[in-house]
Order: sequence, then structure tokens, then C-alpha cells
Amino acid sequence: MVPVTAYLILAAVLFGVGALGVLISRNLIILFMSVELMLNAANLALIAFARAVNVVDGQVVVFLVLTVAAAEAAVGLSMIVTIVRNRETINVDRLNLLKW
Amino acid sequence: MTGDMIIFAVSAVVAVFGAVMMIAQKNPVASVMFLILSLLAQAVCYVQLGALFLGAVLVVVYAGAIMVLFLFVIMLLNLRGREDLGLSSHPMNTITKFLLVVLLGVELVLIVKSVFMSGAVGGMMAKPTDDFGSVAQVAKLLFTKYMYPFQLTGVLLLVALVGAVVMARKDRSEIAHGAPSEEAVNEPTAGKVGR
Repeated sequence: MVPVTAYLILAAVLFGVGALGVLISRNLIILFMSVELMLNAANLALIAFARAVNVVDGQVVVFLVLTVAAAEAAVGLSMIVTIVRNRETINVDRLNLLKW
Repeated sequence: MTGDMIIFAVSAVVAVFGAVMMIAQKNPVASVMFLILSLLAQAVCYVQLGALFLGAVLVVVYAGAIMVLFLFVIMLLNLRGREDLGLSSHPMNTITKFLLVVLLGVELVLIVKSVFMSGAVGGMMAKPTDDFGSVAQVAKLLFTKYMYPFQLTGVLLLVALVGAVVMARKDRSEIAHGAPSEEAVNEPTAGKVGR
């Protein structure tokens, strides 16, 4: 039997990799995928806890998070399409109009 | 090492490998493929934790649909991983970012430890009931206790759908004046990004 801690540490590592991707990536699409990876790491932790306390509620929350992730992906990708059409770049460092 | 342990170890290694390769790739298409690999390995973990239904949903909806949407956009924008991404940032900057992520990891592990120290959650898993995580059990909760959140996600999806269409659409004035044809507007953009 695998202890719950192992799954939680896996989720923490995946979350960390996702955060690293958000910080160091300069490609808008890879940055966006890193955010998706962080969402998935949180989902894994929720499912691990659901199993640890033997309650299915956690899985229902994961289901709702998956729908939110789908909505986020649709809106985010349409934003990326618009950004590339207007600025002709996917380099996030060049999207600095609102930067102080 | 029991069979469970081996399956977990393999899928954990594959999940982390896929995630690391995803952020290391230059070509976004390869990046999407590695994210799908990572998601499949995570689906194995879901099934091991008794979430059969969600494991299937992760593969079908996430790896199957959302990642294909990513691929569509990458190919629509004609990204080949050869785009000019500017100069790489200062090494000090990169080191700071790595340090931040290490700090985040340490913090998360400490949280996990403190949860189990407090005794709120047992370290070993209790034996689940036979239908734990089955479609019937998840659906029952979804349509009773979580009815309102479930309905709200329906509204959210509608809003996202309309929002995505509105945002990705060309300006109306651009279409009305119509001097440059569809191809003429699209082609230079794709060419410049691809170079």
C-alpha cells in the first residue's frame, strides 16, 4: 500500500515544476500549459486527500475544477490568438504595456 | 516492494519527467506531447487512489480534448519553436527563480508534514468501500450536495464559450471595410511569427 504522503509529495513536485515553468518560460503557450500543470497537481492532492479520509466529496470538487480548467483553456487560448494577431509575438517579455 | 508501490513509482517518475520536459522544450508541439504523457501518468495515480471515473475523465477530456485545443492553436498560429524569444534573462534572475521554486517546494512539504503530524488525516489509507469513486457515487453527490456548484459550472462554460468567440473574433470595422482579404490579413502575421 502506497502512503498518502507519497501522492502529496508527487503533487507538490508537479506544482513546483509548473511554478518553475511559469517563472522561467518566455513562450506564452508553454507558460499557459504550466498553469494547467499546476491545476492538475492541485487535483492530484485533492484526490489523495479524498482517498485518505475516505470521502468522495474531494472527487466532486476535482470534477468541478476540471470544468473550470476547460473554460480557462478556451478563454486563454482565444486571448493568445488575439495577442499574436495584434502584436505578432508570443514572447511574454514583449507584452509589457502594463508594466511599471 | 509491492506491485502497488512499483506502479506508483513508475507513474510518478513519468509524470515528473513529462512535466520537466514540457517546460524544457522549445517546440510547443513537443511540449504538448510531454504534457499529455504527464497527464496519462497522473491518470494512473488517480486510478490507484480509487478515482476510476476521474481517471477516465482526465484522459478523455483533458488529454483528449483540451490538449488537442492547444495543438489547434499552435498550428493555427504556425509556431515551430523558432520564434524570436529575445535575449535570455540575466543569470542572477534565473537563480532567483529557481530559489523561489525550491522555497515553494520546501514549504509544500512542510505543510504536508504538519497535516499528518496534527493527526487530522491518517498516514495510511483506510480500506475503501467497494464502490468508492464509482460513477454512481460521484454522480449522486454531484446532483444532490453539489447541485448549485454544478449548475454554476454550466453558466461558467456558457460565459467562457461566448467570451472566447468574442475575443478571438476580428474587429467588426476590419471586416466591414474589407479592403484586405482574409488571407491577406492572416498571411503576413503567420510568416513573421514563424520566422
